[in-house]
Amino acid sequence: MDTIITVTIMPIMFMLFFVYVFGGAIQTGTDNYVNYLLPGILLISIASGVSYTAYRLFLDMQRGILERFNSMPIARSAVLWGHVLTSLVSNLISGIVIILVALIMGFRSPAGILSWLAVTGILTLFTLALTWIAVIAGLSAKSVDGASAFSYPIIFLPFISSAFVPTKSMPGPVRVFAENQPVTSIVGSIRALLSNQSVGIEIWLALAWCLGIILLAYFLARRAYKKHL
Amino acid sequence: MSKNEIAISVQGLKKSYKDIPVLTGVDFEVKTGSIFALLGANGAGKTTIVKILSTLLKQDSGNATVNGFDLSSNPGKVRESISLTGQFAAVDEILTGRENLIMMASLRHLSHPQQVAKDLLKRFSLTEAADRTAATYSGGMRRRLDIAMSLVGKPQVIFLDEPTTGLDPEGRIEVWKIVKALADGGTTVFFCAAWTPSLL
Ligand SMILES: Nc1ncnc2c1ncn2[C@@H]1O[C@H](COP(=O)(O)OP(=O)(O)O)[C@@H](O)[C@H]1O
Ligand SMILES: [Mg+2]
Repeated sequence: MDTIITVTIMPIMFMLFFVYVFGGAIQTGTDNYVNYLLPGILLISIASGVSYTAYRLFLDMQRGILERFNSMPIARSAVLWGHVLTSLVSNLISGIVIILVALIMGFRSPAGILSWLAVTGILTLFTLALTWIAVIAGLSAKSVDGASAFSYPIIFLPFISSAFVPTKSMPGPVRVFAENQPVTSIVGSIRALLSNQSVGIEIWLALAWCLGIILLAYFLARRAYKKHL
Repeated sequence: MSKNEIAISVQGLKKSYKDIPVLTGVDFEVKTGSIFALLGANGAGKTTIVKILSTLLKQDSGNATVNGFDLSSNPGKVRESISLTGQFAAVDEILTGRENLIMMASLRHLSHPQQVAKDLLKRFSLTEAADRTAATYSGGMRRRLDIAMSLVGKPQVIFLDEPTTGLDPEGRIEVWKIVKALADGGTTVFFCAAWTPSLL
């Protein structure tokens, strides 16, 4: 429970800050900036949420808890999956908390149940992708700080994407980066789904990014884990 | 001596880390229900032996059986017969003492995890602290919880790596009492200790 509060507080602060401080100055072409902002905020919340997984895993490793589990008659991969499932559940709860706060701030969506399911699906895949990256970080870190440091660049990624301002306003090279990184397609798909617009190929791009990262990170995480046996 | 009276048998065990030899042919046998002490200076290779016997590390050569099962060909059966209490107390500090024990009981698929936890908490004088997170425990309490977690599911052979390190004299006496009681109950206890006078 403590974790949910710690994890959601930063994204909620960002949301308040962007809506009430910058909101008036940002031209997004929509009349409701909270609607525009919410997908990016959810991604930031996931990025900071998974750093907790890295931290827990690092502690488990340091305290000998992984060794204890590995000397027991349970599947060795079950230990990693336990952390991954915990991460999925706690990120789901954080997401719900943030959506509730957004509703209070004026977030409205005409989306039906199918669109919401699709949004949940994309966010779940994104969480899985980042969680497996967190597993690698937790297993290879040398210090507690090192274990969560990997998440800082990921938390930062939404800022160089269409999450807060349209990429049109960005200068050349930044814009190229912003338009071609995973966050933009994920944010774009979620935004389209929540506002009942057609999603186009963006959603396939988002899915490809997520699945690609999951496969690669899962493979590397298994390798990092084997090193500890 | 008949076969099932021997809990652990080790022959010609060798292990090197990279090119540095740590174990160069270790042989010993441990009788079922006995207390076996592995003494040695820091860096002698005690933890390495425990890790090999608890299937965390593979030996380079040599044979070892635990509870009659060969380490190399039957590691799963070995894991079913043992428990490991590592050099540092492996408790989850975010969970309470009770939750730590329930987690172990569920992982071992016991049918009444709550009851198992309750009994062990009582046996290790942790009932009062049962519902506080382990982060608030003293070193001695942590070690007791750590050993209690190892006893969940009544493994036949238990490995304790330097179980009294960092404990005050009272805590040490408590641990030795536990070890004695386990052996009296038929459990084989294998422990390591640094070779210092304070052991006694
Ligand atoms: N993972 C490792 N890589 C390289 N050397 C190691 C590793 N683990 C232990 N050693 C070395 O092996 C020797 C034996 O270590 P260890 O079994 O932990 O001894 P003890 O438990 O008796 O203090 C030490 O010199 C230690 O530095
Ligand atoms: Mg040691």
